[in-house]
Amino acid sequence: MTFNLPPGLALQKVDERIMTLNVGPQHPGSGHMRIIVQIDGDYIVACDPDPGYVHRGEEKMAEYRNYITNIPHLERPVIHDSCNVLYPYVLGAEELLGIEVPERAKYVRVIASELNRCIYIMYWLAIYGIFLGHSTMFMWPAGDRELLIDLMEKMTGARVTHAHFVPGGVRNDLPPNFEDVCLRQVNYFEKRIKEYAAIFYDNPILIARTRDTGVLSRQDAIRYGTTGSVLRASGVDYDLRVKEPYDVYDELDVHTNVMKEGDSYARSKIPWLDMLESCNIIRQALQKMPKSGSVRVKLKPNPKTKGLESVYKRVESGRGSLGCYIVSDGKVEPYRVKLSVPSFRNLIALPNLLKGEKLGNMPSVYWSLNYWPVEADR
Amino acid sequence: MSVIAPKFKLSEFIKSLLDNIFWIILIVVLVGLPAIMMILFVIEMPVIDGELLTPFLAFTWMADPTRILPVVHAFMATDIFRVMAFPGFGFAALLAAATIFVERKMLAKLQLRVGPFYCGKFEGILQLMGDGLKLISKEIIIPAKADKPIFWAAPVLFVAAAASFVAFIPVAPGWVVADVELGLLGVFAVIGFFPIITILSAWSANSKFPFIGGIRALFQMVSFEIPLILSLLGVVMLTGSLNLSEIAASQSVFPWIVFLPVGAIVFFITMLAELERIPFDLPEAESEIVAGWLTELSGMMYGLVQLGTYLKLYAFAGLFVVLFLGGWNGPMVVPPFPAELLTGVEMGPVTIGPFPGLPLFDQEMLNGTLWFVLKTAGVIFFILLPRGVFPRIRVDMLLNLGWSKLIGLAFVNIFIALGLLYAGVLGPGGLQ
Repeated sequence: MTFNLPPGLALQKVDERIMTLNVGPQHPGSGHMRIIVQIDGDYIVACDPDPGYVHRGEEKMAEYRNYITNIPHLERPVIHDSCNVLYPYVLGAEELLGIEVPERAKYVRVIASELNRCIYIMYWLAIYGIFLGHSTMFMWPAGDRELLIDLMEKMTGARVTHAHFVPGGVRNDLPPNFEDVCLRQVNYFEKRIKEYAAIFYDNPILIARTRDTGVLSRQDAIRYGTTGSVLRASGVDYDLRVKEPYDVYDELDVHTNVMKEGDSYARSKIPWLDMLESCNIIRQALQKMPKSGSVRVKLKPNPKTKGLESVYKRVESGRGSLGCYIVSDGKVEPYRVKLSVPSFRNLIALPNLLKGEKLGNMPSVYWSLNYWPVEADR
Repeated sequence: MSVIAPKFKLSEFIKSLLDNIFWIILIVVLVGLPAIMMILFVIEMPVIDGELLTPFLAFTWMADPTRILPVVHAFMATDIFRVMAFPGFGFAALLAAATIFVERKMLAKLQLRVGPFYCGKFEGILQLMGDGLKLISKEIIIPAKADKPIFWAAPVLFVAAAASFVAFIPVAPGWVVADVELGLLGVFAVIGFFPIITILSAWSANSKFPFIGGIRALFQMVSFEIPLILSLLGVVMLTGSLNLSEIAASQSVFPWIVFLPVGAIVFFITMLAELERIPFDLPEAESEIVAGWLTELSGMMYGLVQLGTYLKLYAFAGLFVVLFLGGWNGPMVVPPFPAELLTGVEMGPVTIGPFPGLPLFDQEMLNGTLWFVLKTAGVIFFILLPRGVFPRIRVDMLLNLGWSKLIGLAFVNIFIALGLLYAGVLGPGGLQ
């Protein structure tokens, strides 16, 4: 070895037994990211997740648009969870602009947010199924997701990227007869997802594959700063809808699902339980919602904030706590918008979870972290 | 239906039909008939019923179709017909194609979708043909650092091994390509080729994911071959023969699955593993190792491997039927053939007929084939079903299953067979 390396770099000494695999970004088991895995036979000795493949500069783009035109592009990081990814931004912008939201709009937001959480989790579950080689579990959630997508289409006019939440409420009122349709679809949806237990969650092969793999202890889960289903699967009772209720979540009865195992199976089951809980929340919200009233406060064109101030708001998204930090300097555009995303927080646990695992466990552990690469890269 | 044919006109449809008929007649008369005539003059004609078959006699079948029957009989008795058409490759490939179609439609129904739908008007029945055409027309890409001769040869060898496996399966009494005394040993020998071909293909691609997939396939096939062979020993003990035709004929009263259910279960599970089907499709686990040992194969090379896989599936299902479900044995459901389909008709000076029944096949053979195909279809259904129900298992679970549980169960099966023999239930003086 005589060639000169640039200062600060050193060649890594790798045993001849060790094979380095580049899993992704063009790989059916990685999503839009790369995981550099070093394997010794069938065992993973080191794992280095390498996000950043789909970085689009959403936060920088937000500095050139005003508070309203920021809405459509800020939901792009997670288009199938678009209401929840906009939620903290909208809450923050409302506080900065000093807007009081009508009561009915708050309920509509809760319904849209919970529907969108289910839509996201169904998509996640479909991919979790196909990662484990279970093609029925890919097709069923992908098909049943359509029920809720149709509801969102009735509600917002768009199937995926809704851009429905605006500072001051929601964009449009609910269509006539929406409550009945919503109740019917959600009840059927709940009946359908309960059937998944028989084919997927109680499947002996699935349990044998995912039990005791990638165990994340309670201490580690808190130490790494993981959020959402990953944290709750490790036995931490933490849900922002209960701990820091926003909008009207304090008036609703929200139950937090917690499992103590902290393994891949628990992390895959918590989102499913969350969907059942979401159905309950939607039913409650439909019951308590004011039957009529305004859903949007009219804003002036190009609304301005008062002066140099900042606000941090966070909500419970499909993947965990999603925060948005907005700094304003009194202009029509925000000075800085920073998204603190749950995907990136959950990814931190991956190298430690995969070390010592078998290669066959890589997809199940990786996807059980509830990670969405596009959101982490933003 | 206006979407499918927006500008449909009956006159143009009839015109196109007439056009086609015109061209077919033209080509047959100008090209086909002269070609047949030339061939008939060049090749040596067979002697049938003490009469040399001249081109003139060969053409008399146009006036009397029954005259062609001796020729067809003579052809059907040849080895080439058995290898190419009926119990051999053609029959197996037809069943394999039907399997692919049924698999796609059945899985689609299970998963609340429609599956192939548009190709071929009726339920996408021509989808497979379309896929085949696509694979043929695709470019074959070979990795730059691949070992090219071996990489080329592996898919061909795979199909060849699968087809030679098919040759051992008896379909009806006397209808088997290779009726050898040690047929079951021959089957084991052919099964032993698959891991070698797989690892050759994987190694010669010189790529990481195929390599891992090939090693996994090797693990899987080698570790499941032992319970596979052991699970069949019970049947061999009870019949005292390795000839598959004799094993099938010995089950005229009871199929062996009645006495040896443990062996049948072990054989079925090992069969799934040998076929690399879900839940044992580790060598092709796409979320871990892309497509396993098939990753670098492209175009028709991939198509050949798929063809070989489904031929192998048919052969394994046929082996299960022959060994455990009684092969071609079953109640006689095919009605006896009438001696004449139609009596002679007198039309003026000409007498047409009488037309004979179906003298090409005998009743036994048709009945045997029917039962064999029905049973095989049932077994194939149960091979396809786990794909919609189970996720994939892991390598360590697979090896644990193969080396400890299945081998143990296979020995239990052998002891059951020995017990039956010593108790005198079966064997000389017993039930069968």
